[in-house]
This record gives sequence, structure tokens and C-alpha cells, in this order.
Amino acid sequence: MDWLNAIVQGTLLGGLYALFAAGLSLIFGVMRLVNIAHGDLIVLAAYLGLSTSIALGMHPLLVLVAVVPAMAGMGYVLQRGVLNRTLGDDILPPLLVTFGLSVIVQNALLEIYTADPRKMDAGGLETASVDLGGLTLGVLPVLTFAVAVGVIAGLQWVFYRTALGRAFRAVSDNQDIAQIMGLNKAHVFGLAMALSLAVVAVAGIFLGIRTSFDPSIGGGRLIFGFEAVIIGGLGNLWGTLAGGVILGVAQTVGAAIDPGWQLLAGHLVFLLILAIRPNGLFPRMDG
Amino acid sequence: MSVTYDVTRSSQAARIAAGLGAVILLLLIAAPWWAGRAELRLIGEICLFLSLASLWNLMAGYAGLVSVGQQAYVGFGGYMLFALTIFGGLHPLAAIALAGVLGALVSVPVAALIFRLRGAYFAIGTWVMAEVFRLSFAQVSALGGGSGTSLPTDIVRSLAEGRAAREALAYWLALAASVLVVASVYLFLRSRRGLALTAIRDNELAAASLGIDIWRTKFVVYVVTSALTAMVGALIFLQKLRISPDAAFSVNDWTAFVIFIVVIGGIGTIEGPIIGTLLFFALRETLADLGTTYLLVLGSVAIVVMLKAPKGVWGLIRSRFDLELFPLGFRVRRTDQKGA
Amino acid sequence: MTGLDAFYGDFQALYGLDLHLDAGEVLAIIGANGAGKTTLLRSIAGLIRNRPEAIRFRGSPVGALRADQVAGLGIALVPEGRQLFPSLSVEENLIIGGRVGRKGPWSLDAVYRLFPILKERRNQASTSLSGGQQQMVAIGRALMANPDLILFDEISLGLAPIIIRDIYAALPGIVGDGMSAILVEQDISKALSVSSRVYCLQEGRVSLEGASDALLREAISRAYFGIA
Repeated sequence: MDWLNAIVQGTLLGGLYALFAAGLSLIFGVMRLVNIAHGDLIVLAAYLGLSTSIALGMHPLLVLVAVVPAMAGMGYVLQRGVLNRTLGDDILPPLLVTFGLSVIVQNALLEIYTADPRKMDAGGLETASVDLGGLTLGVLPVLTFAVAVGVIAGLQWVFYRTALGRAFRAVSDNQDIAQIMGLNKAHVFGLAMALSLAVVAVAGIFLGIRTSFDPSIGGGRLIFGFEAVIIGGLGNLWGTLAGGVILGVAQTVGAAIDPGWQLLAGHLVFLLILAIRPNGLFPRMDG
Repeated sequence: MSVTYDVTRSSQAARIAAGLGAVILLLLIAAPWWAGRAELRLIGEICLFLSLASLWNLMAGYAGLVSVGQQAYVGFGGYMLFALTIFGGLHPLAAIALAGVLGALVSVPVAALIFRLRGAYFAIGTWVMAEVFRLSFAQVSALGGGSGTSLPTDIVRSLAEGRAAREALAYWLALAASVLVVASVYLFLRSRRGLALTAIRDNELAAASLGIDIWRTKFVVYVVTSALTAMVGALIFLQKLRISPDAAFSVNDWTAFVIFIVVIGGIGTIEGPIIGTLLFFALRETLADLGTTYLLVLGSVAIVVMLKAPKGVWGLIRSRFDLELFPLGFRVRRTDQKGA
Repeated sequence: MTGLDAFYGDFQALYGLDLHLDAGEVLAIIGANGAGKTTLLRSIAGLIRNRPEAIRFRGSPVGALRADQVAGLGIALVPEGRQLFPSLSVEENLIIGGRVGRKGPWSLDAVYRLFPILKERRNQASTSLSGGQQQMVAIGRALMANPDLILFDEISLGLAPIIIRDIYAALPGIVGDGMSAILVEQDISKALSVSSRVYCLQEGRVSLEGASDALLREAISRAYFGIA
């Protein structure tokens, strides 16, 4: 039962990791940009949620209404104001600029909120659970997983069923020709980053309700998201969810063996998959 | 060592720079006799950061291997120093050398794995590796687990008699490391493989069509860089005399700072890391009281430099005083001068 | 268009090119490989930016506009090598061509009437089509913008002769309703057969200009190859 429990809890944890990963996957798909500050932006969203929730006395889940558009707007401005200038054949500028951004966000948060761990108060939601024949499922992890599935289904729909998604795919395929079709790629990239940070906002809020957080944990969240993307296979959103689940299960099973092994087990499973399936478990089939 | 390369005014400038460099190097060698304890420590630290920056620059600026995980080898080297002296009974100097060898050995399987990741994903892959190193060493209870350990006093004593002599020795080692690293980077870039590297950086496709084995060239750079980084890491913790996983594998200390140094100084040049290191320490010594604000400033400066002057401070200097000043011969003189 | 210089990196591909086109006219541009034909079309389409005055379209300077802005003014390009979006289905490729939202006779239905085979294949990946069918999609995609000026870059390149004949047979129906066209082509006789005037480019300069039916073969080959 312990093992079953570890696997179920790990699967649910994987939902959170998929939320970390989805935004990363999205912008890589559209503009081949890897945002090193992604994890720090998740933490930023958590703090934004915390402050809004305290200031307005609102439930942390309700502040999504404010944090999601705020992060999306920030994403658009960030992309058009800074990141678009870094895109090109050379991979160095986007990497180093987002790396600098990561340090800035982290230290700005440190300046404002100090290094003390904080947590969002979601009342009864945090402890509520349902008993399923000896298996205890927390309502919050189940909700997180459901939201992750919803977010990925939503992104999938946007990508393959809407004009915006067509624009994303067209620009991703061939920037010049997309431009000739009247698509302003700077704007399309801005929208992609806005969408990415909207997902980051959701991820940050659920992170902040689930565990305590401090300004230094962004790097770790980036790594989890990145591992989920690579395990699942680049460019495959459902694969990213599967990657998150595999990572989550590896961690909880590792922790069940020895608490010190939680993170290490996750990394080792990632490296193992990288060794045997370098393109991930479910690489996108083109065509 | 290379003034014969180009006999023009520029080589005269290089000769002047070389003379200055030699004088500064002698002054620095003599530092234990004229500098105070704190200054000696600071200059030693500058030398070690210059080494890390030059090595990272070789990887990212020349081989296109943008790593944010070099702390893996800094920490590995540090831990090897402790493990080899405590359990292996080795003399610290032998342990430092062996740390380099082991760093090279461990980097081979690491490279085989993470070279499967392209571009930016490679960067994050290196970070994952560093995390694996950190978490693994935190599991070794004989080395203090998560809280770390100190270098036993008898090992420290074996280095030299008396604190002043030990500190002088640690300083000379740091100085030697920086000279060694900068000189090796320079010589490597002038070698056949170095030329291949520059060709790859300029145009990977064309380089491949010329029969350059890109994977192999990058692999060699990665392994050599890792070995030297591990040795520098051992020296860093020989200065500190205490090690813990969080300090040894700190992404801020051993990668973020190093990246900022190289970017601000000028990536893809030998002089860049030297200027960047001096600027970095000048900033640090003046802004240290500001705490996190200092990092905010540093991050912002790095972003602005990357966007507005991607060749860094050295690039600006170079474009202003163009032409005759910069054959390779001059560059190495500058390097020796400041590196010393 | 007056005094167009265009650069390709550091390399100047066009030297002070002067050419003009009247509304509703079909212009052919011929010339050897590297004469600057594709650069010319890319400049007009806004993929290579220039001085504002270098290119005037319906009286206004467009030389410095971005490609998406140029597209909005009614200039569409059928690029060399077709360059469909592989991630998009046939129909999605066409729809994205109509994104600029200009009014006019061309719609999905109109394109499907012109190339019925595309309707059958509408939901397939564009990469699964034959070369000729892909060219139809590329032409349809440009038409969907209802452009006033359509630029064709080497539409016969890499296609079987019978397909080329079909596509050229369809051209008059495409450019018939007052739409202007610039046709870049290496196949001189095809280019002359559908155009009213022709320019010959040689090393980035106009080496010959005239009405398509009046030019002599030998004058063309002289202008084309630069030999007497």
C-alpha cells in the first residue's frame, strides 16, 4: 500500500510539475526560446498571489483572476521590450539575458519579502482529503492535477484549433513567410510569452498553496519543469504532462526509500531517460 | 612569447604591455611581503575568479557550450581535496592535481549525456548535473552530509609551517592557477584545435564541411575545462578550509558571478574575463554594503551590456582604439599583464 | 520603384534598379542565377528593408515597411520553393493567407474552385502533397490575401513539365481581374507567354527592358548571359 500510495501521490505531484513545464514548452515551441528565469517567475507569481490575497483578504485561488492577467501582461511587455531583441541565430543572448533576469527577479523578491519562507493560506482546502479504500487523496493535489490537465487541454486547443495557434505554428515553422502572411512576429512572440506567463501564474499560485516558498527556489522549479519537458519529448504537451508524472512518481518513490533521495531520484530518472531515449518518451511526430 | 607574430607598431604596443605585465606579475609574486592579510586574500580570490571566468569563456564564448552548471566541477574539486586528503592521506598539493584528473574523468560520462541536449537545453542540463553532484555529496555522511565539514588541522599544517606561510602558499597557488589557465586558454586557441574551435564558432556548417569534428572538438574543450575548473575548485576550498554542499555547488557564486564577469568584460575574447573580473571586484568592494541591491545592479548591467554592447567592455575599447592594437600578440600581453 | 539598392548581408545584390509596373499589368523578370531576381522580390515584399522611397506602391513609399505591413497594403508573395507551413494543414495554410483580411473575390471556396484537388486534400498535412499540389497551395495562400500585386518567385522550379503547363494555364484566370503580377522565372518562354512586359536582370542591374512580344531571342540571350 505504501508503494501504491507513493505512486498516486507522485502522479498528483506530477500535475504541478506539468504546470511548471507547460509554459516553458510553449515558448520553446513557438520561438525556440528557453527562459532561464521561468522558475523565478513562478516564484514571483506565488508572491504576487500572496500579497494580493493578504491585501484583499481573498482566497488564494480567487486571486488567480488578478495574477493571471498581471503575469500575462508582464510577459507581453517583457517579450516585446527585451526578449525579442535577443532572438536570432545566436543562442547566447537569450540565455544570458534570461539568466540575468532570473538573478534580478530573485534578488528583488529577496529585497521585498526577505528570505523567510512564506505560504499562502487556503484554509480548509490544504488539509481536506478523501479516503479511497485506505488511500488518502488530498483535495488540493487532486485539484492541482485536474487544473494541469485542464491547462494542457486548453493549450492544446489554442494551438491546434484557433487562429492564434495557427499563428504560433506558422511563425514557428517559418518566420519570414509568416511575416509575409501579415503576421507581425514581434506581436505573436509577445502573445506566446503572455500565454506562457499566464500558465506560470497558475503554477505559482498552486505552488504557493501547496508548500512554503522563498525567493531562492526558482532554479529548482525551472529544473523540474525542464525535466518534465525533456522526459515527455519536445513539442508534445501531453508528453509534458506524462513527463511531469514520471518525475513526480520518481521523486515520491525515491523519498519512500530514503527521504534524502527524493530529488536525486527524480534527477536520476531524468538522466536515465536522456541516456536511453534522448528525444524523450513521446517526441512529436511531424507531418 | 608571441611578439614575433606581427612586427608592426602593434607589436611594440604589445611589448610595452608585456613589460608592464612582467612587472605586475613580479609585484604580485612578491605580494606576501608587501600586502596585508586581507589584501592577499582578496587578490587570491580575484585570481581564482579570473580562472573560472576564463574557463567559462572558453566554453561559452569559443565552443558555444553555454553552461550554467560549472559549479558542479568547482564543488567536485573542492570535495575531492577534502576526501583525498582526509581519507586518502594525500598531501594537499597532490590532492589538487588529482582532483583535476578526477574532474576530467567524471566529465566524460557527463558530457556523453548532456551533449545530447541542444543549445539552451544543454545549459539547463548542466544545471541538473550540478544538482545531482550537490545532492550526491550531501548524501556522503563521512564528509559531513548536508552540513559539510572542515579540513582537519593536521592536514592544514602539512601544507606549511605557520599561518602566514600557509596563506602565502595558498595565494601563490591561486596566482599560479590564473596564469596557468589564461596561458592555456591562449595557447589552446592558437593551436590547431583552437583554430578549429574558432571556425566552429564562426560557422558550424562550414567548419563541418572542412572536416572538423565538431562533437569531438567541443568534447575536448568540455573535458579540459572541467578538469581545470575542478582544480580551481580545490584551490578555492583550500582557501576557505571548510566545505558544504550548498557552498560548494552554489549556482550564484560559481556560475552567475562568473557569467556576469565574462559578459560585462567581453565574451569570446581573452581580455574580456580579465577586465570583467577587475570590474566585478571593484563593484563588489564598493557596493558590498548594499547586499541584494548589488546583485540587482549586476544583473541589470549584464542585461544592458548583452543587449547594447554584446562584445562587452573590451569590445567597446577595441572598437574605439581599433586596428593596430589588436593582433593576437598584443592580446596575450594584455592577458599576462592583468592576469598576473 | 526607383533607384533600388538591395543588400544581402554585406553583399550588394541590386544596384540602383529602376523598374515600374502599371495597375493590372503582368511583368516578367528574367535573368540567370544570382542576377538578383529573388532579392528584388524579397525587397518588394518587405523581407529586405530599404529606404522608404526606394519602393513606392500606389504612390506611397513602402521601402522601409515590415513584411507584415506590406502584406496589409495588398502585396502577396508566392515564394521560391513554395515554403508551405509544415505544421499546418492545407486548409490552414490557405486560411493563414487570408489573415490580412482584405476584401476581394478570393476566398477558400474560390481557391477550391480554381484547384479542386486541394478541397479533397484540405485536412492533410501540407507536406504530404505532391510538388505541384504544394505549388497550388502556395498560390492559393497568396491569393487568399486578395492582393493588388502578386509576386511569383520561380513557380515552375522543380515541377514536372505537365504540372508547369497546368499552372501556367491557370495564371490568366488568376491575374485577370485587375490584379498586377510580377513573375520571376528562369523559363523564359513561359515568362514571355503570360507577361506584357519583361525586364532582364544581370548582376543586379537591368540589362534589357521591353514588351514581351517584341523582344528578340538573341537580344534576350545577350542580356541574359551578358555575352555578345
